[in-house]
Amino acid sequence: MALLQTLHLEHLPSSHAIHAALYRDIKNATHLQQQLLNGNTDFEYAFIDAGVIVSKIHALAAAYRAVNDLLENRLRSRNVHSEIVFSLSPNNNIAESFRRFGITPTTTNLLIIKVSTPTSPAAASEVQEHLTSSIEGEQVPFEDSVLSQMTDVARIKKIYKLNSGGGGGKKTGQVNGAKGDERKELEVLVLGAMALRGVTN
Amino acid sequence: MKTETKQAVNKQRVLPPVFQYPSAAVPLLITQGAEALLYRSTYLLPSIPCALKYRPSKPYRHPILDVRLTKHRILSEARVLVKCKREGVPVPAVYALDEAAGWLMIEWIEGEVVRIRLNEWLKRRKDEDLAEGVDDEQLLELMTRVGSAVGRLHAVGVVHGDLTTSNLMLRPRSREGLNGDLGAAVNTLEGDIVLIDFGLASQSQADEDRAVDLYVLERAFGSTHPRAESLFGEVLREYGKSFKGANVVLKKLEEVRMRGRKRSMIG
Ligand SMILES: Nc1ncnc2c1ncn2[C@@H]1O[C@H](COP(=O)(O)OP(=O)(O)O)[C@@H](O)[C@H]1O
Ligand SMILES: [Mg+2]
Repeated sequence: MALLQTLHLEHLPSSHAIHAALYRDIKNATHLQQQLLNGNTDFEYAFIDAGVIVSKIHALAAAYRAVNDLLENRLRSRNVHSEIVFSLSPNNNIAESFRRFGITPTTTNLLIIKVSTPTSPAAASEVQEHLTSSIEGEQVPFEDSVLSQMTDVARIKKIYKLNSGGGGGKKTGQVNGAKGDERKELEVLVLGAMALRGVTN
Repeated sequence: MKTETKQAVNKQRVLPPVFQYPSAAVPLLITQGAEALLYRSTYLLPSIPCALKYRPSKPYRHPILDVRLTKHRILSEARVLVKCKREGVPVPAVYALDEAAGWLMIEWIEGEVVRIRLNEWLKRRKDEDLAEGVDDEQLLELMTRVGSAVGRLHAVGVVHGDLTTSNLMLRPRSREGLNGDLGAAVNTLEGDIVLIDFGLASQSQADEDRAVDLYVLERAFGSTHPRAESLFGEVLREYGKSFKGANVVLKKLEEVRMRGRKRSMIG
């Protein structure tokens, strides 16, 4: 299987394919971030720090929301790719969401998402080619087993404010024991926090 | 045949626009309540089933009021679900929502609502000619699980607002529980309680609100079967143990019952 994955998410038009690629130990994070800051149109990607991603579903949920908001004409940030990064956020602070979830000079593990749209279609082969020539790092499969080795659970809990209380939930998690279950629990809490982004009390 | 086709088309038409984009399986209409339509659909991947709760606009309501009411209900249900999930109350996870478009997408819970499972169980016992009170342990155990689930809900400061046996689901623990007809040995009351339908829920720690939840639930069990009503004490016994202050709620319940009785005598 190719390392770059192309997905058609449920309930999105087939014209909006999602490409996802994962890199380990990247060496040129500063340069890559600079391309985004410069608005270099060759770099229309969501560059996400893989350390704050729990799972594939977590990343795809952000892509789903961003494309949905694109289709409904209500992007809050510059384009669908920055919107993916913003969609990971539990609050409405766009700049903060880029700092927390986006690529920074210290990023070592990088998740890249590219949305193909009717106005700027992107074939998997072109995307792969461009990434291969631009990313200095080892490409690895976009899979939960690989992502989970990169996840900074403590950081995620802090960002999504999942440390407080919640005795009941944690108890069940520990009874069930297995690590995978804990991941699933974390994933579900993160999805809830993302869905409620900006919903004030 | 003709009407069936027409119905199918209608069902398609009431889906919110984004759900008319392709998916592995067409969203399936499960129930049509007064306020909301509930579909079984999929989230992100064909392998993740979800429940899609859609509140279409009501033509008879003023459009501005209608939009505000729908937004409010979607957001309030989502907020309470997320809170419950965080605090370990057994509820479906929230996946996505669009309050302006009127939909909420949540985790699909396998299994069936308690009302249906209970009716099946009672019917089978009747068919087997078992006297009431004989081999009731399965029903008693169910009552215990219900009491504990409601107790956990109240303990985190949420009241349900519509606590009926149609808003409690039984999720099978084992694979076997998922396919129904495995013979008489199967306990149809087996499974974990999952609370659903938080459209009328609110954050409250008032004894009165909690007692009304219990009262509504008691009536719901009572309307299923006298036996279910007489075993409701088991729900209350477990509830009483579930959080500090639960006993005060049980006292309050007696008051609420009295009021209910008076009302039914007048009405
Ligand atoms: N998360 C879910 N998973 C599976 N079935 C569900 C789920 N939520 C609701 N249902 C089914 O749909 C019915 C209606 O949903 P509910 O949320 O109770 O809406 P309503 O306000 O119309 O009563 C429930 O009684 C149950 O049978
Ligand atoms: Mg209901």
